[in-house]
Amino acid sequence: MTGRQLVTSAQNTWCPGCGNFTIQHTLKTVLAGMEQEGTRLDDVVLVSGIGCHAKIADYLNINSFYAIHGRAIPVASGIKLANRELKVICCVGDGDVYAEGLDHLIFAAKRNIDITVIVHDNRVYGLTTGQYTPTSPLGFKGKSTPMGTMEYPLNPLELMLASGATYIARGYTKKMDLLKTLIRGAIDHRGFSFIDVLQICATFLNLTDHYNTHTRDLPAYDRSDALLACEKIREWDYNSGAPIALGLFYQRKAPTFDEQLQHKSLPKTERLLRTREFLATRQ
Amino acid sequence: MVQDISILVGGKAGDGINSASAVIAQLLNQLGYYTYIYFDYPSLIRGGHNFAIIRGSDTPIGVHKTTVDFVLALNQDTIANHKMRFKETTLTIFNSDVVKAEGQGISVNGVLKTENAPVIMGNSAIIGAFAKAAGIPWDIIIKVFPAYIPKGTEINLRVARRAFDQVTPVYPVESIGSRRLCLITGNEAIGLGLIAGGLSAYVSYPMTPSSSLLHFLAENAQRFGITVVHPENEIAVILMALGFSYAGERVAVGTSGGGFCLMTEGVSLAGMAEIPVVLVVSQRTGPSTGLPTYTAQSDLHFIVNAGQGEFPRFVVAPGDTREAYYWSAVAMDVAWRYQVPAFILADKTLSEGTFSLDPADLPELSLGEPIDWDGKPPYRRYAETGSGVSPLAFPGTNGAVVKVNSYAHDEFGITTEDSGVVTQMTRKRMRKAALLAEAMETFSTVSTDGPANAGTALVCWGSVQGACREVARELGLRLIKPVVLSPFPELLLNRTLQGVRRLIAVEENSTGQLAALLRFHGITVDAMVLHYDGRPITPDILMDRLREVGV
Repeated sequence: MTGRQLVTSAQNTWCPGCGNFTIQHTLKTVLAGMEQEGTRLDDVVLVSGIGCHAKIADYLNINSFYAIHGRAIPVASGIKLANRELKVICCVGDGDVYAEGLDHLIFAAKRNIDITVIVHDNRVYGLTTGQYTPTSPLGFKGKSTPMGTMEYPLNPLELMLASGATYIARGYTKKMDLLKTLIRGAIDHRGFSFIDVLQICATFLNLTDHYNTHTRDLPAYDRSDALLACEKIREWDYNSGAPIALGLFYQRKAPTFDEQLQHKSLPKTERLLRTREFLATRQ
Repeated sequence: MVQDISILVGGKAGDGINSASAVIAQLLNQLGYYTYIYFDYPSLIRGGHNFAIIRGSDTPIGVHKTTVDFVLALNQDTIANHKMRFKETTLTIFNSDVVKAEGQGISVNGVLKTENAPVIMGNSAIIGAFAKAAGIPWDIIIKVFPAYIPKGTEINLRVARRAFDQVTPVYPVESIGSRRLCLITGNEAIGLGLIAGGLSAYVSYPMTPSSSLLHFLAENAQRFGITVVHPENEIAVILMALGFSYAGERVAVGTSGGGFCLMTEGVSLAGMAEIPVVLVVSQRTGPSTGLPTYTAQSDLHFIVNAGQGEFPRFVVAPGDTREAYYWSAVAMDVAWRYQVPAFILADKTLSEGTFSLDPADLPELSLGEPIDWDGKPPYRRYAETGSGVSPLAFPGTNGAVVKVNSYAHDEFGITTEDSGVVTQMTRKRMRKAALLAEAMETFSTVSTDGPANAGTALVCWGSVQGACREVARELGLRLIKPVVLSPFPELLLNRTLQGVRRLIAVEENSTGQLAALLRFHGITVDAMVLHYDGRPITPDILMDRLREVGV
């Protein structure tokens, strides 16, 4: 079986050393593995927002919907509701999904719609050249906050747990094997899956040393226990110098929105007939 | 003799005024009348004053009149707030427990008590009393009740009968023929038209006056085999719809002006990414929250221009249920054939008004098919074709990599900043605009009424046609109404305007938005009648206003 050429001829314009390269490479490896196991890559759709992360839609040679800032998730939800056979993956940025499009993230988790959200969380706006995002540390000096931010970052994993997500994980681009496992697990999970991927921004917020010295693997525990998961999720608040746990924090089975909203499609002629039948009830 | 009868029914919110009006209109329908219902209600759930005016006529109508022949009063406001609606001959039937008036009073409480019926059935008593006073045979009531009051039909009939027996016939409404039409609201007609056009998913966030379309389609989702989704906000609505469309499902969204504000980034995306989508926008009085439950025609420029950048769009403004059904199906077809956003621009008067629709009179739908990919890889979502329309394929198709993009893109859908490709793709989109405009020349994009040789013409759009048509016929004026507003039917309009010496625009806004659009296309109106109090302009008001401009 010959695998699909997974990279397009589009010129890559990410900065040297950008964490996005790792996420793209990992996703590519996961997709190639799935193809080898018999998944048709024609059935995979990638949806992206706008920002550095989103260029992945141009670079990967798979179906893609390069959407607008903050709006990848409602697009992905529509695609999944239209065709449940498709595997729908959202690549989104931290400014993209935690600021501009936060409402959609919460509601997708609340509905437990069967899509996968991979957040390229570099904790800074890259493409707009260096402003703070909802996960930037307190006091971050960006171009819009030259005196330093005055707001604490939010903990997206805690938010996802509260919202009803059924697969919650955190990865790091320098831990590629773990990231690969998490992404594959998220795609295979039936329901809303969420991975916050810590990546550095080589130009505006390079936290490589901090992440390398602070990240650690999650210990073993019952992943379906929300209280335990919450405790682990709250160990690091995206601000302090606490250890940063990586891995799958929480997973549970629940009915998905898309499986519950299935409709029986009717042929055109039948629909037309039924409009006439309806009219007759008002005659 | 002209047959024309109007009935005002009024009460508190919760008195069942809306359902009473539907039953009364159906009674008139069974007597062979064309009917129209105007429903007027404030933005609240219980209390306040709701009223409906039901009108029956021997010619098609799309508007109520100021004065009425019957007043059915379930509260005192129905008398006190409507002094201008009374004529010398107006007969009042009222609930004597709570209303003081001249006419025929019945004790609704007494009737309900005798029949051991709940308060909610008070409207059946008033219907029964009206029927007797109007000389409507009891067997017609028996025929109509089950369809409109499926729950507790029998007890409602007993309540109606008891009131029926307490009243004497005063003002017989004669049967004028065997014609039986379908009574549906504008929003129902839009829904049915969308389904006829192949709708398979409807996405909407509640907002008056579009909500009843959401309710209608949600309630009938099984019957029509469609998916109905109500997401977190209007931004999600339009983006979710674009997801449906990208995956190959014919989709529509519905909202009013405020909700549409949130959708504009999605509309521009649909324009750039060439994703078919139908948007139903039903206007209410603005700006901002405005009058949520009242009408306006003040979003024409907003809809015609919404969204950053330039891209072709289709905008149609139906004026009654017949046009709403037909053009909604056409809008869906146009969206998919030309891969553009298509708007159905309605207003509260059309959306929530009930009109008589003759199913035998519906125009034949000649819908086309979108151009599908021939299956020869590589698939190019934005392939250059002579027409500007690229063949469609959907994710999941063997061998097709389907890439759509909000950025400027090449034929494969990959982002580009290349000046040559940007120019080429802009021209491709604009070729679609030209193609769509050409295709529209085979449609009746402008409707006319009144004598064709009249030197003075009224020009209007949307639901105002109801009042304009009546006045034009009475005064011997020509009536010209563009139904399609984008692409603007400039050629046909100019042809239609031949021989017109004086052109008067009639619109429900304060600036003359159609008049401005006409001016942009080189057509000047000589006078404007503008009406903007949230209520539809009635023929008598229009007549007075036309006198002021010298007609």
